[in-house]
Amino acid sequence: MSINNELVTVNFGPQHPSMHGVFRMRVTLDGESIVDIEPVFGYLHRGTEKLAEERTYVQIVTLTDRLDYVASMSNNLAYVSAVEKLCDIEVPKRASYIRVIVAELQRIASHLMATGFLLQDLGAFGTPLMYCFREREKILDMFETLCGARITLSYMRPGGVFQDTPDEFWGQLDSFMGTISDQISELESLITGNEIVLSRTRNIGILKPEEVINGSLSGPMLRASRVKWDLRKANPYEVYDELDFDIPIGATGDTFDRYLIRVKEMRESIKIINQCVSLIKPGPVRNEDVPLVIRAPENEAYAAVEGPKGELGFYLVSDGGISPYRCKIRAPSFMNLSLLREMAIGTKVGDLIVNFGSIDIVLGEVDR
Amino acid sequence: MTKIADNQIVIKLLPKDLSEQTYISDKHLYVKPEFIYELCKELQNNPETQYNYLKSISAVDYIEYFEIVYHLDSLINNSSLVLKTKLFGRSKLSVKSVTSLWKGAELQEREIWDLMGIYFEDHPNMKRILLWEGFEGHPLRKDFIK
Repeated sequence: MSINNELVTVNFGPQHPSMHGVFRMRVTLDGESIVDIEPVFGYLHRGTEKLAEERTYVQIVTLTDRLDYVASMSNNLAYVSAVEKLCDIEVPKRASYIRVIVAELQRIASHLMATGFLLQDLGAFGTPLMYCFREREKILDMFETLCGARITLSYMRPGGVFQDTPDEFWGQLDSFMGTISDQISELESLITGNEIVLSRTRNIGILKPEEVINGSLSGPMLRASRVKWDLRKANPYEVYDELDFDIPIGATGDTFDRYLIRVKEMRESIKIINQCVSLIKPGPVRNEDVPLVIRAPENEAYAAVEGPKGELGFYLVSDGGISPYRCKIRAPSFMNLSLLREMAIGTKVGDLIVNFGSIDIVLGEVDR
Repeated sequence: MTKIADNQIVIKLLPKDLSEQTYISDKHLYVKPEFIYELCKELQNNPETQYNYLKSISAVDYIEYFEIVYHLDSLINNSSLVLKTKLFGRSKLSVKSVTSLWKGAELQEREIWDLMGIYFEDHPNMKRILLWEGFEGHPLRKDFIK
């Protein structure tokens, strides 16, 4: 008796309940094993880089919100850093502290989303995701107090932030910081030692340190594979050089490590926020010398921040006009997909979703 | 802090046949497009430079010429380097791919081909990435209309 093992090509996405946005993969299967995988991009391409060429420097802030829409604050920060580097703009100290606080809150929110959906992908419907969303909701409420928006924030401006923090913000932050540590421990108690999670994520999609460096991966993907590299330490921006925090690294670089690194980073973010709250002093939050319509000198600048997904960089080229001549976005979600084949080939089709979910991509950023 | 590499020193570290192909213009390090692959290979493997991480590849359309900008990082020495190359003309532009040196270049080079129309030779899968096959023109070019 002969076994007919014909290869089957399965189209996965762009519309699929467990797909993170409109991403599509063409998966070739030999039985249950993946032998080839081809990502198909572009379903959410809006031409952000082209749009930026026709807007003023301040208007582009609103475009950056729509890149990684679960971490708008980090996008705002990366973009305004690039403009400040290009035009040599000073940022008041209080604004820098506020920026770090909101960027770290955003990191917690983004990692909560990543963790919640990873468990959703594992088949834990509802409960863990709702635990994550409950905490994220508090962060979004704080952002609403800050700037009136919850998702598309546009809170930052070249030279500072849009407005000083309202008094209620500090009360909200205080009560959030009082409980978040316990909430993360509670979430972790459901997952970290869980037999089902361990058996589904351990030794799946292992990436070696040389591979991740060569593949230009960044953020938790890089650190899960034992590469101790974080822009907040390697090239400190804002006030990160004054703060005391660690860079957690993984052990084997598998899916479980990519989950665990996010939990550890949330704890580091809590440390950072607590320090900022004790160090922040009253003062101006916006450089008043920055005009509404910025005319950048004929120059170019690349600035990057450590966003929740990885290194988010903006490369701006100016010809002396009121809008950038070229605005290139180095999107971490897009770059983190460059090793998708290496991660997936050889694994079982059942593990594909979890493996893929651990990259934590946002399609707004992948397709731009 | 990440050190920004001194372009003069970088040129001195290169073997003679490569350093002759590089020049500094307006404070930036340029290389002739035919030698981009050899130079990247040297920068990646030279023990003095060790640029093992490719941050990003960008293309800029200056109308008379195109510029491809490589942002390189060394995670070992914590230093960064910006490398540029100029391509003159508007059609049939091509340059050698660096995907075999850095896997991270694969998607970015496809993106540049898609949006800027610069072809990368020896790329494993050179086709459009964000737009569909059959789309006319390359939208990030300055002369692209609708």
